[in-house]
Amino acid sequence: MITLPHYLALSAILFCLSIAGIFINRKNVIILLMCIELMLLAVNINFVAFSRFLGIADGQVFVFFILTVAAAESAIGLAILVVLFRNRRTINVEELDTLRG
Amino acid sequence: MTISLLLFYLFASVTVLAGIGVVLSRNPVHAALFLVLAFVSTSGTWVLLHAEFLAIALIVVYVGAVMVLFLFVVMMLDIKADPLREGFARYLPIGLLVAGVMLFQMLALLSAKYFGLSFDPMAKTPVGYSNTEEVGMLLFTKYAFPFEVASVVLLVAAIAAVALTLRKRTGLKTQDPNAQVLVTKAQRLKLVSMEASVPVALSEPESAAQPLDTVIGAAK
Repeated sequence: MITLPHYLALSAILFCLSIAGIFINRKNVIILLMCIELMLLAVNINFVAFSRFLGIADGQVFVFFILTVAAAESAIGLAILVVLFRNRRTINVEELDTLRG
Repeated sequence: MTISLLLFYLFASVTVLAGIGVVLSRNPVHAALFLVLAFVSTSGTWVLLHAEFLAIALIVVYVGAVMVLFLFVVMMLDIKADPLREGFARYLPIGLLVAGVMLFQMLALLSAKYFGLSFDPMAKTPVGYSNTEEVGMLLFTKYAFPFEVASVVLLVAAIAAVALTLRKRTGLKTQDPNAQVLVTKAQRLKLVSMEASVPVALSEPESAAQPLDTVIGAAK
């Protein structure tokens, strides 16, 4: 029988995996965006699992909104990436130091 | 071990392996395709939760739209992946350490016997239950206003993406429909007054000019 901890464990593993991905791929903006998508997926798994195991459907509506915001976020992120590549010819985070940050 | 638990382990292990593929793959295109696999197998676990609407929405929205956008951008940009992988081995230990500690903490919380948590079995659904109907009822009654706001968010994102990437290119010959429509008669038509022309008298002698009917007769 599937229990709530099964889903929470899956979500925790995915979340930690994407944290590790952000650490080790910290130069490639595209992989960073993909890791953020993976992280949002882990959060969505939590929402759906809690919603179903508690019998309250509101959590699934929230997953719907998270999907919307994630789609908007990735669209704008990729647009910024395209403009960045057009201006600097690179997407390496190490070389993006125009603001001297 | 029931068949649904077996299916859950199948989908979950594919999801985790695909996640590892996203993090470790050298080629961004491979990473994007692994992410597609992660989304699809996650939607399988959601079907096991009887959340069919969101499972289909995840595939349609993510695999159909967002990941295609990712693949578009990855293939459009001419990226040399090797310089981007430079710090890979250097940051691998700290990344694994942080992720491992976080994972240990989260999984420790889930082991209910140390924390006194109790987990109920999945809520029973009545006969003829429709997940889509339930989510739709909530979405258009209780969450109608957030739903509208979400549509505005999408609109703003679309406009922002176009506005960011739009650029005026110089040196192109293009039509300007606005200027074409707004053109006036005075810009195109010029009336000049000139003297009436008078017929010029033929200077050649009469014999040189052959009558037309004799030419036609010779051709026959």
